[in-house]
Amino acid sequence: MPRAMRSKKLGEIVIRGGTVVDETGERRGDVLVRDGRIVAVEESIEAPAGASVLDAGGCVVSPGLVDLHAHLREPGGEIAETVESGSRAAALGGYTAVVAMPNTEPAIDSAAVARDVLALGDDAVAEIAVAGAITVGRRGERLAPMAELAELGVRLFTDDGRGVQNGGLLRRALEYASGLGVILAEHCEDIQLAAGGHMNEGAWSSRLGIAGQPALAEEMMLARDIALVRLTGAPMHFLHLSTAGSVEMVRAAKAEGLAVTAEVTPHHLAITDAALKNYDPLFKVNPPLRTLKDVAALRAGLGAGVIDAIATDHAPHAPERKEEPFDDAPSGMLGLETALAVAYGALCARAGSHSVPEAPDGWVPAGPGATISLRDLLGLLSWKPARIAWLEGDGHEAGSRRGGQGGPIRPGAVANLAVFDPAAEWVVDTARQASRSRNTPYGGRRLTGKVRHTVFRGEAVVVDGEAQR
Amino acid sequence: MNVDELLADRRAPAVGHLLSINDLDREGILEIMRLSDAFAEVSERPIPKVPALRGRTVATVFMEPSTRTRLSFETAAKRLSADTMSFTAATSATVKGESLRDTVETIDAMGIDAMVIRHHASGAPLRITQWTRASVINAGDGTHEHPTQALLDCYTILETLRARCAGEGPGDLSGLRIAIVGDIKHSRVARSNVLAFAALGAEVVLVAPRTLMPASLEGWPVSATGDFDAVLGELDVVYLLRIQAERLGEVLLPSLDEYHWRYGLTRARAAALQKDTLIMHPGPMIRGVEISPDVADLPASLVTRQVRNGVLVRMAVLFHLLGSGEI
Repeated sequence: MPRAMRSKKLGEIVIRGGTVVDETGERRGDVLVRDGRIVAVEESIEAPAGASVLDAGGCVVSPGLVDLHAHLREPGGEIAETVESGSRAAALGGYTAVVAMPNTEPAIDSAAVARDVLALGDDAVAEIAVAGAITVGRRGERLAPMAELAELGVRLFTDDGRGVQNGGLLRRALEYASGLGVILAEHCEDIQLAAGGHMNEGAWSSRLGIAGQPALAEEMMLARDIALVRLTGAPMHFLHLSTAGSVEMVRAAKAEGLAVTAEVTPHHLAITDAALKNYDPLFKVNPPLRTLKDVAALRAGLGAGVIDAIATDHAPHAPERKEEPFDDAPSGMLGLETALAVAYGALCARAGSHSVPEAPDGWVPAGPGATISLRDLLGLLSWKPARIAWLEGDGHEAGSRRGGQGGPIRPGAVANLAVFDPAAEWVVDTARQASRSRNTPYGGRRLTGKVRHTVFRGEAVVVDGEAQR
Repeated sequence: MNVDELLADRRAPAVGHLLSINDLDREGILEIMRLSDAFAEVSERPIPKVPALRGRTVATVFMEPSTRTRLSFETAAKRLSADTMSFTAATSATVKGESLRDTVETIDAMGIDAMVIRHHASGAPLRITQWTRASVINAGDGTHEHPTQALLDCYTILETLRARCAGEGPGDLSGLRIAIVGDIKHSRVARSNVLAFAALGAEVVLVAPRTLMPASLEGWPVSATGDFDAVLGELDVVYLLRIQAERLGEVLLPSLDEYHWRYGLTRARAAALQKDTLIMHPGPMIRGVEISPDVADLPASLVTRQVRNGVLVRMAVLFHLLGSGEI
């Protein structure tokens, strides 16, 4: 059955009373959505008969968020997450598009697997953009069929979970990918320098007796990769950068005019390695949580435009895996449902807040490094990543359901929207998360700022914080 | 000092754990020293046993093999009349894939008062406190801590100094200069001993090549050097750590011979020590690597004394955590 016929009939929606914020600016405005598209953005819109009304009083109405980096675990890891559960988590977090990482089992390194995941995405409540592996099985030995995957719509290639250790091979991959209209993205980690470390190497790892990996493990590979971009002229995206040195290298590469982009995660903006002092594997991520100096540098990098996007690195793991002792537990934490609120808390200082540089438990309030406006934050979460993943545009292309992400919010555009209440306070309830997994360190924490509604291709998939399907 | 008086005077402590030397302040360490003295007296009785923990159950849970530490704890528990239960990874459900949490909850369900845990992962005992109502005692976790080793080392030093002064020895370690030599980076013994020695006033110097030093010593109450010979003459205690052969594969050392040449306590180095410098080692000792075979047998070597005191100190720890004050 053609996809267009499978989609259910969409009615009219009026999003009323909010402030419309997108790349072009911000203004008071109601938004009328019909048949999947935005049809009007005006000061005040009378709801047509039969239209549903979404209250956006006190809220910003933003283009839906776009996550460059989520592990949806399908195929192979369905015990931890599926495309369905992950996309619901995404919708609750205000996302209307998610790039699904290819470190599945089997890896997304062939047309067959890519087609399967794309098909799963057809019924999802957010657009599922599939990333492909650079090398077969992510083993760093032979190139995956990038051209064939690109033909299916794969735009981002990465061996994420590990970096391509062989510089010669990565050079060939960059050259081969040139002209395919794709971008290679690198998880920067020199595994020799990382030496199996489970956390940031420094004062805390030394005291706790946990094997550390130095910041240099990330920076050495980043330095090599920037040199390869210089050599090949091919663009490259750097995943989840975590160190002050990395920010400086990306700044210098951009100043030189190299085609590089970079993302950071909400947790690297909010938490330091001091949080590991209780050996809680919920805080075990790769790259690891770093120091206050690094947190401040990442924030400053966002403020200065050096870093292009905030991406979740949403990494579900079954509860029993995260109950293993620290050394044995896998890396990764959930992110989709909390990313906007966590990033907002880390980057957008509220008037009258008395920031301390770092709480003893490793949580860093807004203040150190840089603060940015909510609109700049939405840019880092929506229109900038949409561009990196080729998900922007008006979504008209040849019957494709791709794209139409990142705004701007104007008549004719695909209705992918997030309504965010920056004043709402909420406590993260682990049991109520849509993800199949529970590995979030934010459980029980009070966050400020909550997604109230999400509209995906004209369908209200989240209303008043509740998933609709 | 009369053990019966001392023990009767104590009140039941709140449910506590011993995960790190930091769980005991200076006074807590000294309390363990006093209790150990009392149990030294007990162990010289014709029947070296008191009913202090009668009806209590102590489980030893060793997820990493260590016969001597396990036997030391079990002997200590038995001398306090506690029942003991032994669980080792090699013979247990963990080899069948049972999770640590399930293992701990299963043992907890049998009704125990203390769980003595040895685990290959740093921090495992702290995680385990969430899954049991028992007092958790860290018997060595990964490269983190081994607090009862540090306590028995402190006790052994104090006891030796006291014997030297005919019973009128110092109350703590202040004024002593102690070198810990070897694989500091991977040593749980070093981490506990640094904290314990410093809490009792000693000056600690760490001696190791950079590859075997922690990446950062920020916040550690120590100095550090790579030059063993430069500090030899000023030490009151030389504390040697075991060098594991797997460090060669990790390219942290060129060879065990070279280690012995630079950091081993050779006869020549032993001769450069002060006359009364004490020599200690947590065992198992590898003769020919961290210590020359003949040096290990010098009178200054306290190695067997450390083993004997291990039982006393572990009795003190068990009693400190579980004792009700009644004998």
